Amino acid sequence: MDLSAINPVLLIASLMVAATPLLLAAIGELVVEKSGVLNLGVEGMMITGAIAGFAVAVESGSPLLGFVAAAIAGAALSVLFAILTQFAQANQVASGLSLTLFGLGLSALLGQSYVGVKPPQMGDIHIPVLSDLPVVGPILFGHDIILYFGIVLTAAVWWVLKYSRLGLVLRAVGENHDAAHALGYKVLKIRLMAIMFGGACAGLGGAYISLIRVPQWTEGMTAGIGWIALALVVFASWKPWRALLGAYLFGGVTVVQLNLQAAGVAIPVEYLAMSPYLITIIVLVILSADKSSAPASLGRNFHASR
Amino acid sequence: MKLTNLLTSAAMALGLAAGAAMADTTKVGFVYVGPVGDGGWTYEHDQGRKAVEAEFGDQVETVYVENVAEGPDAERVMTQMALEGADLIFTTSFGYMDPTINVAKKFPNVKFEHATGYKRADNVSTYSARFYEGRAVQGTIAGHMTESNIVGYIGSYPIPEVVRGINSAYIHAKKVNPDVEFKIVWAFTWFDPAKEADAAKVLIEQGADVILQHTDSTAPQAAAQAAGNVITFGQASDMSEYGPKPRVSSIIDDWAPYYIARTKAVIDGNWESVDTWDGIGAGMVGIGEISDAVPADVKEAALAIKASIADGSYHPFTGPIKKQDGSDWLAEGETADDGTLAGMNFYVEGLDGDIPQ
Repeated sequence: MDLSAINPVLLIASLMVAATPLLLAAIGELVVEKSGVLNLGVEGMMITGAIAGFAVAVESGSPLLGFVAAAIAGAALSVLFAILTQFAQANQVASGLSLTLFGLGLSALLGQSYVGVKPPQMGDIHIPVLSDLPVVGPILFGHDIILYFGIVLTAAVWWVLKYSRLGLVLRAVGENHDAAHALGYKVLKIRLMAIMFGGACAGLGGAYISLIRVPQWTEGMTAGIGWIALALVVFASWKPWRALLGAYLFGGVTVVQLNLQAAGVAIPVEYLAMSPYLITIIVLVILSADKSSAPASLGRNFHASR
Repeated sequence: MKLTNLLTSAAMALGLAAGAAMADTTKVGFVYVGPVGDGGWTYEHDQGRKAVEAEFGDQVETVYVENVAEGPDAERVMTQMALEGADLIFTTSFGYMDPTINVAKKFPNVKFEHATGYKRADNVSTYSARFYEGRAVQGTIAGHMTESNIVGYIGSYPIPEVVRGINSAYIHAKKVNPDVEFKIVWAFTWFDPAKEADAAKVLIEQGADVILQHTDSTAPQAAAQAAGNVITFGQASDMSEYGPKPRVSSIIDDWAPYYIARTKAVIDGNWESVDTWDGIGAGMVGIGEISDAVPADVKEAALAIKASIADGSYHPFTGPIKKQDGSDWLAEGETADDGTLAGMNFYVEGLDGDIPQ
């Protein structure tokens, strides 16, 4: 065993990268669920965002343009879900699952000519002085811009949900759509916006995997991150900061366990491999011991005549 | 599993039921563990499938299902294929071993071919490639090329096939560089690009400047490229898009000749259950071109090893070799028998850590 081989600074820096796709997808889904809609299609929207972002980044040579395209693609796919569930009144669980299957198939089809292609690199930002600081520099000031965007987005979602009128309306729609409707709020319109926001975030998360974390395109490359994001929202009790904590914990333990393995720590590998899931669940369950619960209208369809 | 595939196979099932004209075509099914676009393991099996189609044209009809999880799902997919009239089914992952045996019992007239396993029956053959021969060549290059003397190895599952590869690579790296050290990370997946990329990054952060992988995607290659001064080897497929550096060579699985021969046997009606284990000599294991990033003398040494394995004059597991615990395994000049290799569950002397049990 040689723990000195693990560089804590590089470790923290890489766990932030590992956590970002999960964070983006979870924050998006959190807003969707706060509005009372359960969209199980996160995985499908992520993988669609991954290939759309990848394709546009390769064709245009600009990773940023790729991220924009990924957000649009994720949102576009989520509109399909919105049409099915909000206007056609289809079952949300079934529609969400089919959205995932559809997204996986669609991305495989779109991605056929992009296997083995290398995307343009997204440079890390470099702030003079700050980025060169020891320890703090690489951890706080040496990442790509999307990673910071994820943190800013978390803060923004938290603020909007907690303090703004928009957040109040969104929560009202999610808690009791009949009451919100009686007050004159456009329930379907608000839910449509929330669903599109969730789709855009999932698309961004997917593109982060294909453009920065891996970076390449392979079929099925999101490998279940969307499902973990869904679980994370529940365990985080629909609170943005807890989702951030959960994502960093999950990303962190994933990276740490690989580090421990490489350093030859004598813990059986099976325990290390299950540790990210286990630790994240335990911590978030302990945190959610307070009274917070799911939005009351979660998963229920709304129709004005009922 | 893509919807289009399901639809195609459903349509084909209908076609089989309806058209008497199709009765004399031989139907060959393939079960894949990853997507055909993985650029590695499954990609090469699918190339084999295409080669079968090209060889026999209208005489055969092939179907495949990709992304089939190892376990009950695999059994369902195989049963479905057999019900749809497949005459020969290739199941292409180690974890399909028991499902293949189970389904084969129910369909005695359907022939099954299971890759990399060791359980056979009257209608189940097994086939595999001696990847460890390719690992010997990789180990030689790795031992010469590493400057930090740390070689990172991304393992998938702790099964004999993977352990053999680690041992073979280590023995040959050690032979040319006594100071070399292997760091091994088990990913517990065949295909998860994000996880494979993380594993590669971790190994690089801990000083490895050579990455060997036994997982299926090209993600570790991309991670090595981003890190700069690191070399890698293509796994299962050439992965030449990452050459000349980081990818300096590769192990290429060439299943096409085998798939064609076995399909022909079914068509001719002389198929028998066999156990095939071919290596560099028979062409089932190919060594991808060694790139210019490798110095000429190292390239020469690697090619010399390859040639001596191909003509049978050298066996990668030739004594004296001790097991990790220091007990004797092979005496001076003794070579390993196939039985021990097929069930290999121990590291050789010098490797650190335990194999997960």
